[in-house]
Amino acid sequence: MMRIRRRGASAAVAGGLGLALVLTACSGGGDDSGDEGTGGGGGDTGAASEIDCAPYEEFGDLEGTSVSVYTSIVEPEQQTQEDSYDPFEECTGVTVEYEGSREFEAQLLVRIQAGNAPDIAYLPQPGLLNTIVTDFPDAIVPAPDATVANVDEFFSESWKEYGTVDGTFYAAPLGSNVKSYVWYSPSMFEDAGYEVPETWDDLIALSDQIVEDGAMPWCAGVESGDATGWPGTDFIEDIVLRTAGPEVYDQWYTHEIPFNDPQIIEAWDTAGEILKNDEYVNAGLGGVDSIATTPWTDAGFPILDGTCWLHRAANFYQTQWPEGTEVAPDGDVYAFYLPTNQTDIKPVLGGGEFVAAFDDRPEVQAFQTYLSSADWANTKATTTPMGGWVSANNGLDPENLATEFDQLSAEILADPNSVIRFDASDLMPGEVGAGTFWTAIVNWLTGTSTEEAAKSVEDSWPAGS
Amino acid sequence: MTTTPLPPTGPFAEAFEETADAGGEPGRQRRLSRLERRAIATKGRLSSPWASFIAILIAILWTIPSIGLLVTSFRPELDIRRSGWWTVFGGLFNGEAEFTLDNYDQALFGSGANLATYFVNSFVITIPAVVIPITIALLAAYAFAWIDFKGRNILFVAVFALQIVPLQVALVPLLRDYVSAGVAGSFWTVWLSHSIFGLPLAIFLLHNFMKDIPSSLVEAARVDGAGHVKIFFRVLLPLLVPAIAAFGIFQFLWVWNDLLVGLTFASPNSRPLTVAVAEMAGSRGGDWHVLTAGAFISMVVPLIVFISLQRYFVRGLLAGSVKG
Repeated sequence: MMRIRRRGASAAVAGGLGLALVLTACSGGGDDSGDEGTGGGGGDTGAASEIDCAPYEEFGDLEGTSVSVYTSIVEPEQQTQEDSYDPFEECTGVTVEYEGSREFEAQLLVRIQAGNAPDIAYLPQPGLLNTIVTDFPDAIVPAPDATVANVDEFFSESWKEYGTVDGTFYAAPLGSNVKSYVWYSPSMFEDAGYEVPETWDDLIALSDQIVEDGAMPWCAGVESGDATGWPGTDFIEDIVLRTAGPEVYDQWYTHEIPFNDPQIIEAWDTAGEILKNDEYVNAGLGGVDSIATTPWTDAGFPILDGTCWLHRAANFYQTQWPEGTEVAPDGDVYAFYLPTNQTDIKPVLGGGEFVAAFDDRPEVQAFQTYLSSADWANTKATTTPMGGWVSANNGLDPENLATEFDQLSAEILADPNSVIRFDASDLMPGEVGAGTFWTAIVNWLTGTSTEEAAKSVEDSWPAGS
Repeated sequence: MTTTPLPPTGPFAEAFEETADAGGEPGRQRRLSRLERRAIATKGRLSSPWASFIAILIAILWTIPSIGLLVTSFRPELDIRRSGWWTVFGGLFNGEAEFTLDNYDQALFGSGANLATYFVNSFVITIPAVVIPITIALLAAYAFAWIDFKGRNILFVAVFALQIVPLQVALVPLLRDYVSAGVAGSFWTVWLSHSIFGLPLAIFLLHNFMKDIPSSLVEAARVDGAGHVKIFFRVLLPLLVPAIAAFGIFQFLWVWNDLLVGLTFASPNSRPLTVAVAEMAGSRGGDWHVLTAGAFISMVVPLIVFISLQRYFVRGLLAGSVKG
């Protein structure tokens, strides 16, 4: 399965930051002993340590116990994750043993098979949760009542749904991603007199304007090692949400309509108007076929040279910019919401990771409950001073988020008009969502027609699902 | 990945000279033995200009990827992402090439964990994982070579047949056994796994070396009243040093460079360097430019081991072939 894309909302913090984080954590810990238990609720914007310990008292005396956590989140985000557990550790005396690995998705299944499962794992996609529940029903345990109560309080119904398999709720959402973004350079826009487009038609008009002014508007890249193609699937999914709508989107990933339904073909062709238009792409990088070979991590860099104007990428692209790039409305780069012609809703393509438990010891349940609380979301926001992290937790105070861009993401997630849909390729069966769909994108970018590409995916859909 | 090939003329010729010196009796005119004639003929063939040319050509081709890696590891992040390493050579002339130690800085001190810890882990893993299989394999090889017991040949074939079992199929069952034995997560799992996977080849190689030792030597010792223990330590072991060294280097490089076993069996606290380097690229692979520096840091030790022990290596390889 894929390793790179399905990372959660937490994102990289620039390398040299480690020390600063450690210092923050230390000073936070120091304050803590004094006012333990007196902290307010989630809205409290104070130091990271001020949380309410009461919810964890019902789990009994947990002093001296430990919880092992296995995730795909590695350094440098690992440090911000670990720091965000400090208040919980202070409250309960539980030690959280964190282990991150880039080989998480393969190794987790190996460990479950060997009977060596971690207490907690952060699953980067609902599809993996589904696989585990189906293949190892004895290994995974449903979420405890306190966690369910938190999720009901702080998350919308659809987020809860992604952590549910066959009516049983297993995994509470942790961080979230917002993928419907277009990156641009505010200063270039200002100099050229361009406005941030409000509708899809505006976006196309802007692209045409840029072409008229003698430049290429879009840059893109879908190369990602053995997961090459995934950034392209996100592009298509975003357009499906916009041209066909969320209902069709739901039918699409559940395979109620065929993968190559005319409405999907139409969306795919709309994406092609940008991605396969040799007047639009590939700014600063080459021709249309260079999209397939350009690493997704580097595809937006021509914006920094001034050779590219628009680059569609998720919020976590924020941390891919080279060190020293300022991400702000008046900085080097910033992003706007990928606009739509729909007036009633604002479709958002999202992602995120989910907390699954493989043990029901009280300390594990207490930790699950902590992670689903508003306290954790706010603590995580304050322990991530460089930004790059958001959550769909509605108890999260946007003020706590470090950067304006993260606040924008949180705003989009909380917007009542937003219709959030999880990345479809994460929800489709693995052989499609992490296989033929990717291949189809690459073939499509290198010459295959939309009909043929979509049909090849439809033909590969496993029977019976 | 770490072997820097040398033109074969040097070490080979040297090894042959040594073998020839050891075999000859000093201070007396003597007829050249068959071995010596062969050595001289080989030397002549190897030192012909064409042979040298081809050897150097192969050496260069073989080294290009390593050079590319080395050059890349000193380039600034943006350059790495934007252009190939070979472009620096053009840049050298017009002064545009930039070099930096940032990648090494980030690889060594950038993330929360210190790479020095993983260095120590790699040694803690590698040394027992070399010593254990060699010790066991020596005893087993002796038994297979010099002790007559029923079913010896079948057992030997069975052991060697294990060589063809890919270690990947053993990972999950092995981990399950470790978990039920309660040793999962300790260094023991890694040591044992490497020993298990290394033993078939070790037994086979050492057995062949031992079998090559003239049986008259062993019989003479036996006539003089030596038991198995004495024969093993006094007669065979000194003769086997090159073979042991050769296999030791093999096993050392293999264990040091291993990722799979370390990834599967080692707990976060006992991770070897290779696993740490693999994690360096970051959660979404965006930091891949650091990997070149990480690769070079982890290459240093095997390089030193190989270069300092290559005399033994060549001698050990030849030991089997020239006795006979």
